[in-house]
Amino acid sequence: MEIAVLLKQVPATESMIEISDDGTAIKTEGINWVMNPYDEMAVEEALQIRADTGGTVTVFSLGPEKAVEALRTALAMGADTAVRIDPEGKPLDGLATAKVLAGELKKGTFDLIVGGHRAVDDDNFQVGPAVAELMGIPHISMVIKQDMADGKIRCTRTIDGGTLVLEATLPALITTQRGLNEPRYASLPGIMKAKKKPIDTRLLSETGTDPGEPKVKTLAMRLPPQRKGGRIVEGESAGDKAAALVKALREEAKVL
Amino acid sequence: MSQGILAITELVDGAFKHISFEVISTGKRLAQTTGGPLIAAVMGAGVDAMASQTAEYGADRILVADHEGLKDGLADACIQAAAQLVKTSDPAVVVIGATALGKDVAARLSARLNAPLAMDCVDVRADGDRIVATRPMYGGKVLAEVSLNGSPAIVAMRPRAMEAVAAQGAGEVEKVAVSLDGTTLRLVEKHMETGKIELTEADVVVTGGRGMGGDDFAVVEALAKALGGAVGASRSAVDEGWRPVSDQVGQTGKVVAPNLYIACGVSGAIQHLAGMASSRVVVAINKDPEAPIFSKCDFGIVGDLFEIVPALTAEIEKLKG
Repeated sequence: MEIAVLLKQVPATESMIEISDDGTAIKTEGINWVMNPYDEMAVEEALQIRADTGGTVTVFSLGPEKAVEALRTALAMGADTAVRIDPEGKPLDGLATAKVLAGELKKGTFDLIVGGHRAVDDDNFQVGPAVAELMGIPHISMVIKQDMADGKIRCTRTIDGGTLVLEATLPALITTQRGLNEPRYASLPGIMKAKKKPIDTRLLSETGTDPGEPKVKTLAMRLPPQRKGGRIVEGESAGDKAAALVKALREEAKVL
Repeated sequence: MSQGILAITELVDGAFKHISFEVISTGKRLAQTTGGPLIAAVMGAGVDAMASQTAEYGADRILVADHEGLKDGLADACIQAAAQLVKTSDPAVVVIGATALGKDVAARLSARLNAPLAMDCVDVRADGDRIVATRPMYGGKVLAEVSLNGSPAIVAMRPRAMEAVAAQGAGEVEKVAVSLDGTTLRLVEKHMETGKIELTEADVVVTGGRGMGGDDFAVVEALAKALGGAVGASRSAVDEGWRPVSDQVGQTGKVVAPNLYIACGVSGAIQHLAGMASSRVVVAINKDPEAPIFSKCDFGIVGDLFEIVPALTAEIEKLKG
């Protein structure tokens, strides 16, 4: 089975975020960059599938030079090859990203494409399904379990208030959700082997895909209103504190 | 240039999800600026009788796509129907709820129509000939204002971010025959958690964290029940296996925006705060007075949650009784 994995390097979720001086982006100094956690699950799932079916796992990332680190991690986990498309400084929104990735995926013949359901920086939930649309293949997002048989993939996915089990014919694209798997740590032998695995670098201008001008532009970023320290509600006993809190919630916060 | 606003609704078990009314009201505000008609899109099987409800929130026209293939509310069928309704109505803006289904529809529609998309928005306005949306990024640590250039602009609204406002619309119903030849997904099974309020839609959320010490969440469940709310869990509680992943509130869990959020035995990691910062009122209960959550709440009680929470439940019951 030929499996493609889409991955993105993003700021780690524990990062303190500050806005840049011009107010249109975040400050990147001092940020710890990691593989998007949902993409780690994507790599892991692809590796587990390959263990069952044989074949290859190719990881793709649209990103600057630094993104090589995340690709190397995927290779160290066990992926076979990596492709990095260098955006050459061009701004790209979610749809443009999807167009570029779809363009590269179409150059291969993948049975399954696995991605994270979203990247934890942009929170767009867009690239996976958009890539599937551009490739004319079905997609199932937020997958917490999958099985394949007879050219079909059967997935359990989360929805608001429950789960669905859906089936699609391959080739298909799935996106991962927490609960699908626990990504493995790269082993030391894995890290050593990864150094010899190829990372194919492609310049955006040479891909043959012209994503055009981004249709979504960030005008400004700001920090949301911050809640200040709360009032500690005192009392002699648990019962007193509870009564005082309920009174405050009723009379001051007017939420009860 | 078209000025119409298409508000795509979502039906579950024969009733509109509340987000649908929020979306229609958002569409109405936009329509007032663009001058265009507000058109509600209703998709499903046997939905004729429901359609007119959209007029109660201001829909001038109602496009109804009634097709057996839409009965399960699967993304691929909905996308096909939605694309045809967009073609019929030629709107300047498409507004949809950023629910599990809505996110899929919005994302694929953006690719199908080569249209700009702002996902999970907490506000939106028309500004000249462009749409400007406000949306959280970096797990909610940042609020971004983004402009969407292109028609239609697709805006997916975060549930509970916008109000549903009653308004009388002309509500002219038009049935649209849609073809669903290209559907690719088959529904094998559906499991809904009955009797549980969905976290992202709840007015009240009571969350248990590491301080719960184990999978006995009875005190938290009792308080949630007394308040008519949903039960959440911190990442720690989920990682320990005490609660299912679907209960997790946080950056890698669900983002909730209830009127009242009560965090029990939750320390207040940055990623947890990202999941509940939009709550109107936050209460923290923790036995550690240094817990970070106390600097990010409105009211706090330092104490043993196994004493405080039942005492709270008793006080709430007194209020009701």
